[in-house]
Amino acid sequence: MIKTKTFPFGEHTPGMKETATFPVKVLPPPERVLLHLSQHKGAPAIATKKMDDDVLYGDLLAEASGHVSVPIHASISGKITGFGNFLHPMGSQSSAFLIRRDPSMPEPALETETDLGLTRRSEILQKIKDAGIVGMGGATFPTHVKLSPPEEFKIDTVIINGSECEPVLTADHRSMLEYPDELISGLKICVAVLKADRGIIAIEDNKQDAADLLTAKLEKQPSLQVQLLRTKYPQGSEKHLILACTGRRVKSGQLPASTGVVVINASTAIAISNAVIRSKPLTERIVTLAGSAVKNPGNYKVRIGTIISDFIEATGGLKEDITLRKVISGGPMMGFALPSLELPIQKGTAGILCWTDEELAIKEETHCIRCARCVRACPMGLDPTYLMKLLKAQQFEKAKAEKLLDCIECGACSYTCPAAIPLAQYFVMGKRTLMAQQKNKK
Amino acid sequence: MQIIIAVAVLSTIAFFAGILLSYASEKFQIETDEKTEEILKYLPGVNCGACGYPGCQGFAQALSSNEASPDSCTVISAKNLTKLKTFLGLETADNSKSQKRLGALIKCNGSDSEEHMKFTYEGIKDCQAAVLLQNGPWKCPHRCVGMGSCVAACPFGALSMGEKHIPVLDESKCVGCAACVPACPKNLIKMVDIDRRVHVLCNSTDTAKEVREHCKVGCIGCKLCEKVCPTGAITVTDNLAKIDYSKCTDCGLCAEKCPTKAIFVEPEQPNTESVKETQPTENKADKK
Repeated sequence: MIKTKTFPFGEHTPGMKETATFPVKVLPPPERVLLHLSQHKGAPAIATKKMDDDVLYGDLLAEASGHVSVPIHASISGKITGFGNFLHPMGSQSSAFLIRRDPSMPEPALETETDLGLTRRSEILQKIKDAGIVGMGGATFPTHVKLSPPEEFKIDTVIINGSECEPVLTADHRSMLEYPDELISGLKICVAVLKADRGIIAIEDNKQDAADLLTAKLEKQPSLQVQLLRTKYPQGSEKHLILACTGRRVKSGQLPASTGVVVINASTAIAISNAVIRSKPLTERIVTLAGSAVKNPGNYKVRIGTIISDFIEATGGLKEDITLRKVISGGPMMGFALPSLELPIQKGTAGILCWTDEELAIKEETHCIRCARCVRACPMGLDPTYLMKLLKAQQFEKAKAEKLLDCIECGACSYTCPAAIPLAQYFVMGKRTLMAQQKNKK
Repeated sequence: MQIIIAVAVLSTIAFFAGILLSYASEKFQIETDEKTEEILKYLPGVNCGACGYPGCQGFAQALSSNEASPDSCTVISAKNLTKLKTFLGLETADNSKSQKRLGALIKCNGSDSEEHMKFTYEGIKDCQAAVLLQNGPWKCPHRCVGMGSCVAACPFGALSMGEKHIPVLDESKCVGCAACVPACPKNLIKMVDIDRRVHVLCNSTDTAKEVREHCKVGCIGCKLCEKVCPTGAITVTDNLAKIDYSKCTDCGLCAEKCPTKAIFVEPEQPNTESVKETQPTENKADKK
């Protein structure tokens, strides 16, 4: 029996992971895809194809425009029928390719096995960058940047984040169960690239089956191990994962790499393995579809760029007699609501939640009763109720002194608040205002 | 008997404490500048900060040491300004007419129909917060968010939320302190001469097609107003009409021609002439 580890504070959210037992279904290529040039943190990619060009599955559409940027690849074979500004899921208008599928065009088999053998570190990193891999848990930070941390940090541990602490989502859980070999080889690649001593696969104890499977596979490899974690939100946060697994704390304002640990999401590790060993660019991902408004919830392997309405239609559509109230991209805690279904699934979309009134509990904000449940829930050790009061009074500088910028926007405080105060929203607003002020000063 | 002792002891203590306190009040008296105190009486006392000094007290100190001019206060009533100038020994030129009175103008006409909304916003009632989600709930990226951050920012209660989810200005209450201007995330509020009646109520630089998709009442940059204006006060740049108030004669011809009614002639509000004694309805400045 392996001892489970965790971090102090946090919130016990209900799992609601009904789709955990649903095997991944591979959906056929969609009729159209919309691929934005900015699906990652950092500079948007620069288009290399133009209107009316014919593209094959896996072709490069746009190349990286710098170190913190990744290329974009075609996820279906067909013709570019649109290039211009399209609505981005984050709300802005930004440039994107619209590709219509041409059934007569072949889909090249991308999976060419290559022998790693004596491949150099820089070559592996280049391969990861060329495949357009970003953090697939939702943060969408370019993975090759994460795998080349500043020189002064000596990395000794790589953690694969398989905790998937967001309720409802099961995409990472299913990926770990169905692609364990890819996951392990992805971890090995990361360990080799970073010259680390050990690799840890961190899994919450509500995914015992995945943990058992991976433990059995890692039996003969002493440097790699599975670490069980207690099911608690936000266990999957980078900082809290490092704290739980190694006991090291990321200091305020510092990079997680400063502790000598690099954290890679489970789905990302599988994508790394596919990119390095099979030279396969990131063109598809596993998405959890859930919510009482959909007919067939489950985990689906979809092409990146699939329009959400097409995706839902391909899985069987929405229930007829029910009104869809809200669509969330990502998890229920940190995901964001979408204004329309005509938006694409992107590299960082781990889930699509179609909610009706049944799941939504929108309450009117009332007064703080100073119960301090938010203080107990905050994984960063902040005082959410005090910060909220400062922000309501527009006292941004004071809030900064109270470590507002340490907030990881996990939403545990809003979730637990009995007065239904949208605390996390205040903090997001305060952080953005502070960042804008700092920008203006420069 | 006991009660008499108690009263006697307490009275003695009270007597000596009284002597001590009266001595202390003489000895440790904080010197106040009488001039500053007198100036403070004429100032509106709303601490809006429009003069650039930290509140009315700071402004009064600056005035008494001749660092500032009374004209820096945009909030003060004409009557008090004359009194203040007389007190300070400054020339009281006939400034009742020559000085422009500024007022807030919300540059959005606000199409309010359902079809121009992207989604229903549920969250903090604050424009800044609403804009962070998908750039606000309206299709038009320039439209007033309508959560009333400017209404909350106004220390005089001059703004109120109107029917079209656009704030409405009570001209008799607005003093031109510009506290509402930074509250707007879309930069829609401009300070203009309050007596002006013709305004372009749109801030969208989008093309005509885009404006038509988002809104029924926005400026489409058709330039009809530019052609009809007899004094050449209107110019259209970046698909948006702009009025040069120094040339405008308030004739209203442009508003008649405007196909989307983005140019608007305000009806004359009664008693705008009589500037009220500036009294903050709710002294929010003090609460902070």
